[in-house]
Amino acid sequence: MAVGLDNLYKEVILDHYRNPRNRAEIRDVDRHADGNNPLCGDKVAVDLVLDGNTVSQIAIKGQGCSISQASASLMSEAIKGKTFEEIARLRQLFTTMMTSEDPIVDPERPGAILGELEALAGVKAFPVRIKCASLPWATLDVAISGTADQVTTD
Amino acid sequence: MDVRKDFPILAGNDLAFLDSAASSQKPEMVIEAMDTMLRSGYANVHRGAYRLSAEATDAYEAARAKVARFIGATSPAEVIFTRGTTTSMNMLAAKWGADRLVAGDNVVLSVMEHHANLVPWQFLKGIELRFARLTDDFALDLESVAELVDERTRIVSITGMSNVLGTITPVDRIREIAGRVGATVIVDGAQLVPHLPVDVTDLGADFLAFSAHKMLGPTGIGVLWGRPALLEEMEPFEGGGEMIDEVGLYESTWAPVPHKFEAGTPPIVEAIGLGAAVDYLTGLGMDAVRKHDVELTGYALERLATMPAVTVYGPTDLEIRGGAISFTLGDVHPHDLSTILDENGVAVRAGHHCARPLMDHLGIPATARASFSVYSSGDEVDRLVDGLKVAAKLFDIRQ
Repeated sequence: MAVGLDNLYKEVILDHYRNPRNRAEIRDVDRHADGNNPLCGDKVAVDLVLDGNTVSQIAIKGQGCSISQASASLMSEAIKGKTFEEIARLRQLFTTMMTSEDPIVDPERPGAILGELEALAGVKAFPVRIKCASLPWATLDVAISGTADQVTTD
Repeated sequence: MDVRKDFPILAGNDLAFLDSAASSQKPEMVIEAMDTMLRSGYANVHRGAYRLSAEATDAYEAARAKVARFIGATSPAEVIFTRGTTTSMNMLAAKWGADRLVAGDNVVLSVMEHHANLVPWQFLKGIELRFARLTDDFALDLESVAELVDERTRIVSITGMSNVLGTITPVDRIREIAGRVGATVIVDGAQLVPHLPVDVTDLGADFLAFSAHKMLGPTGIGVLWGRPALLEEMEPFEGGGEMIDEVGLYESTWAPVPHKFEAGTPPIVEAIGLGAAVDYLTGLGMDAVRKHDVELTGYALERLATMPAVTVYGPTDLEIRGGAISFTLGDVHPHDLSTILDENGVAVRAGHHCARPLMDHLGIPATARASFSVYSSGDEVDRLVDGLKVAAKLFDIRQ
């Protein structure tokens, strides 16, 4: 079997695909955004409850491939309780991990830089799937900025 | 059918290409015909009085005659070159639909239509769209068609073969039902024409649309065939050069059929390529093409049935289905499946296949689809099944 596939479909990804976190409905939502990859049909919706500049609660809805849905689940865990500034930094690191030649993830110290989000590092080897992993983050961006409630990535 | 050697892209390529319903590969014969035209035969058609233009025009019109013979048309003038099935359907929706239908009329489609035979009809204002259902075995439900067709039905437009389910529809039976109320029968032949012998004199259609690129020809050209009287009656879709007779500042008259539907410089080289594709398919014989599809589809369905986690969406009866096989594997999303198969050297399509409403009807977001052409082989089917086993293992799906 191709090595890349084992890196792509790690146990963590499959666990988050089958048992997605933060799926429960939340009340008194402050921000909401819908994300959509029209070409492949992946969908992610993000609801946020804010406490000042901090995301105190998050709820995810959506359907799609394991990468998009696991990424949404992993993201929801990573950002809960974080400030907008902390989230922006995570987002930047995540984007670098997905797109940059520079390997920011240290194989000697798994999880040291981005925690469980590092499980998605293998997506980089599959360029057409990067947009699946990025969709939840693009949707979160829109929810936080509050400038629109829909985002489409391609 | 031992024809792989005729397809340069397949020679020495390990890829199991199972996405021919999206677009087929091209035989040497097509590539060479287009190459020769570009190198030594090219000029605009129906224009110049010089010899090269006259020869190009002859070649272009000869391609039209080949297509006409291929589908059993009585005259080449019944064959209009368009950009493809999509353009053909848009022409019909606009010029046979919007121009002629009035509020309260209805158009009958089916739930398995490709977006090309759905969205153009949605452009019609005040016209009701009705959708025929499927039977439990994914055949077109003729009772449903009969229930939907009434005296206000002006058009019944249905696929000849579903690009998702592989379902072949009984156009002659649809004709009977539509004929009771004098409705026009339009057949989306994008999948039908490449895979089955088609003779428009007994098909039962009034109009038939298809694309070259799915039948071993080039992109950028397709066909609208119509009954001569209807083509006479239909107004031009686009205005411009070539489609005119007399032109004044404020009004013009049209050239005869088919030229009144071919405004502007047509896809000349592509027409030559389509002509060569038709020659190639004729050489194989469409009965042999159909036999190959049936055998391969039968084999694929048999192999897929050995995997309990695989669900196939399409008829089990090989008589009413072609070689487009949609399926899912457990809870593995088709895009994941497609990535895993690609890593194992198998190219399939994953997604909604430009038939979103059908996915909703089936209650699934997407499927993976393996589809065949004349060069497809049992070995490729075996590799598909091997790839599916890899996917099942990765996603921990019990077999």
